[in-house]
Amino acid sequence: MTLRPPVSAHDHSAGSADAPLTLVEYGDYQCPHCAAADPVVRAVQKAFGKELRFVFRNFPLAEMHPAAEPAAEFAEGAAVQGKFWEAHDAIFAWSRRHGPESLGADAFASIAKSLQLDGATLQADVESHRYLERIRSDFNGGVRSGVNGTPSFFINGTRFDGAANVEELSEALRALI
Amino acid sequence: MSILAAGSVAPNFSLPSTPDQRVSLADFRGQVVVLAFYPADWSPVCGDQMALYNEMLGEFRKQKAQLLGISVDGVWCHAAFAGDRKLHFPLLADFEPKGAVAREYGVYRESEGLTERALFVIDAEGIIRWSFLSPIGVNPGADGIFDALDALPAKG
Repeated sequence: MTLRPPVSAHDHSAGSADAPLTLVEYGDYQCPHCAAADPVVRAVQKAFGKELRFVFRNFPLAEMHPAAEPAAEFAEGAAVQGKFWEAHDAIFAWSRRHGPESLGADAFASIAKSLQLDGATLQADVESHRYLERIRSDFNGGVRSGVNGTPSFFINGTRFDGAANVEELSEALRALI
Repeated sequence: MSILAAGSVAPNFSLPSTPDQRVSLADFRGQVVVLAFYPADWSPVCGDQMALYNEMLGEFRKQKAQLLGISVDGVWCHAAFAGDRKLHFPLLADFEPKGAVAREYGVYRESEGLTERALFVIDAEGIIRWSFLSPIGVNPGADGIFDALDALPAKG
């Protein structure tokens, strides 16, 4: 299972493009396993520092999780306002605190406020599906890469089939240094 | 018996998809069919195989392919499962005689009385163009299906 398309400037990435390790996650903002995996990724990023670049791609299971696509649209809108990772983390934190089923317009408004984002623009972005094409394109790339559920991780382009915990992810990453 | 390979004629079948509807492979002659055998309804994981394919129906439609799920569960079980997961494609019940169609495709697990997790891409003439047997515990995703659809000769 290899990553298609490869990581590019088009992606949301944290860390240097020259890092020897790239961890790509395909995730769904309303998936409880993705919400649980988010702090795991943060811990792994902290442990590997400059050696690791992290990329997040959207894989909303929209039929199963009705707020997954709007949440992704919200995060994409926040990216345009320069706060993708802040919004990304805040959505997962909300989901962990209040439950994934509580995600929706009210949650987004509250997150926008706490991150000092332009909430009216974000609401319009979500309602007009301004960034939906980009999200669908992430999704289709994931399908082609062999994503079979969320979260799915790829390390340097190869699917990681272990458990999404700090130990197993770190071990797989360390093996490539 | 092993899984039917590319080049084989896809055995026809006629199975119930709901309490009062039947679906035959022959109904789809002239269309590409993706036949996805799976062990059982109600797999407990988030993003299980059928739920995943359900999210890809737009892509299947673009490729002019009809997706059919098939397991040994009965029609009432399928109806409850499809309703709960909001599935928008037919689930066929290979229920009576149990697993008869799965046996014809070489994907019945005698020991457990379940179908394997197996995928078939059947062309417009009813010939199997690709088949894949996944380890029963592993959701195979859909990349293999789409690669196989891409490899079909362009329709004239």
